[in-house]
Amino acid sequence: MNNIQNIGKYFILLKQVLTQPERFRVYTKRVANEWETIGLNSMGIVGILSVFMGAVIALQTASNMDSPLLPKYTIGYITRSSTILEFSPTIISLILAGKVGSNIASEIGTMRVTEQIDALDIMGINSASYLILPKLVAAVTILPFLIIFSMALSIMGGYYAVTLSNLCSHEEFVYGIRAFFEPSNITYALVKTMCFAFIIVSVSAFYGYYTKGGALDVGKSSTQGVVWSTITILIANFILTQLILL
Amino acid sequence: MIEVKGVNKSFGEKHVLHDINAEFHPGKVNLIIGQSGQGKSVLTKCIVGLMEVDTGSIHFDGRDFSAMNRRERREIRKEIGMLFQGSALFDSMTVEQNIMFPLDMYTSMTKEEKIDRANFCLKRVNLENTNHLFPAECSGGMQKRIAIARAISMNPKYLFCDEPNSGLDPRTSILIDNLIKEITYEYNMTTVVITHDMNSVMEIGDKIIFINEGKVWWEGDNKEILTTNNPEIIDFVYASKFMKNLKGKLS
Ligand SMILES: Nc1ncnc2c1ncn2[C@@H]1O[C@H](COP(=O)(O)OP(=O)(O)OP(=O)(O)O)[C@@H](O)[C@H]1O
Ligand SMILES: [Mg+2]
Repeated sequence: MNNIQNIGKYFILLKQVLTQPERFRVYTKRVANEWETIGLNSMGIVGILSVFMGAVIALQTASNMDSPLLPKYTIGYITRSSTILEFSPTIISLILAGKVGSNIASEIGTMRVTEQIDALDIMGINSASYLILPKLVAAVTILPFLIIFSMALSIMGGYYAVTLSNLCSHEEFVYGIRAFFEPSNITYALVKTMCFAFIIVSVSAFYGYYTKGGALDVGKSSTQGVVWSTITILIANFILTQLILL
Repeated sequence: MIEVKGVNKSFGEKHVLHDINAEFHPGKVNLIIGQSGQGKSVLTKCIVGLMEVDTGSIHFDGRDFSAMNRRERREIRKEIGMLFQGSALFDSMTVEQNIMFPLDMYTSMTKEEKIDRANFCLKRVNLENTNHLFPAECSGGMQKRIAIARAISMNPKYLFCDEPNSGLDPRTSILIDNLIKEITYEYNMTTVVITHDMNSVMEIGDKIIFINEGKVWWEGDNKEILTTNNPEIIDFVYASKFMKNLKGKLS
């Protein structure tokens, strides 16, 4: 029952975020700030994760290729496909749900319990829109770049892992990366990423915005924001894969 | 003038406000007093629309606030300044940005004009040269005063202060009281102040409403409050030893 109510409240909040915005210039600076907190500040963790993820995928593929019938370039091919289709968009989004989601939920939650949101409301400002819209816009526009960055690093990680350990030659791996390439896969991955970005921000902001109580409850909201955005991403991933790929 | 008509408010089973009727007049400091947890903050939040009333209505100079939609409320809210019990400064902004924030949102003033206005407001609360501090770098009392500066930056018609002098030393407390009194008279504001502080009650209470058990228990001014024989008021007013002694001397 509670969950159904929450879904209703979530959509009411979304409506409040997307309608009756404040003046345009109010948002521009906030969006730029959010690009920094959501995008730039996540590059480190995304980079490290991607390199190791790509390396492990390539090594796993290489170690599982016993049959001499399978050409070596399959390693490159599989590294590329799995990175682009699933690992970068989904895994990185899940990681960001933890990092960015908890950040957003606790920031907005703290503003709620210290009455800062009430102060905005009193001034006649659409607090939901003022606080959440810039984060939404920033995340939806910056995450695709982060994911492209992650794809590149993953493939690079895979490349170095297998070439340095002599499991595959430079030419074979590069041939594999380029084999049977479909540009639409990238589009698919980026569309997916944008959906995930929307989910991360809106779900965690929802839990932050409706925090009640004190510091303890901010912690709870932050956890719930992460848990529910993760679950929503997984479900959305399933649905989107069905819709777009099949 | 703000009129509160038949307001009821419950949280689940808990009935906090019972049929509250009150009028707050312009150019006067209206006090809401009462013991802790009796519903003073809830009443103010209902008046400014941060909480929806269950039944009853609120009128700002005849405009029925409770029946308005978001857009119409927004217009009235531009005329409201509020000081929250916990200051509620935006902690990601400096003091100056906090005070300039409503100006940024609603006026087309130039940067210089806004800074001038911020300095003027800071001066009124005796906090010059704190412009570039962050709220976390200010003491509790300073935060209160900055919050007042922010509340008056738009020259509001209605000013609400939830315990403006709790946690302040007696001198600063008097300064804040005087400030509230001055601006109320100077700009003919309708000011509503929640307080526990008997000093402020005596100092600035042009009109006093005593809330007990979620009801308007008593109404009057700061002279009548000393002489009433309402037992709850006597309990409240003469709770401290000092006031008890004073009463002994008076009679
Ligand atoms: N959001 C809320 N949900 C449920 N109950 C609430 C809520 N806000 C206030 N109450 C209850 O309403 C009652 C009145 O609270 P209120 O904050 O108005 O007290 P107060 O008179 O301002 O006290 P104080 O002087 O200590 O600030 C309290 O019993 C409180 O438990
Ligand atoms: Mg209170």
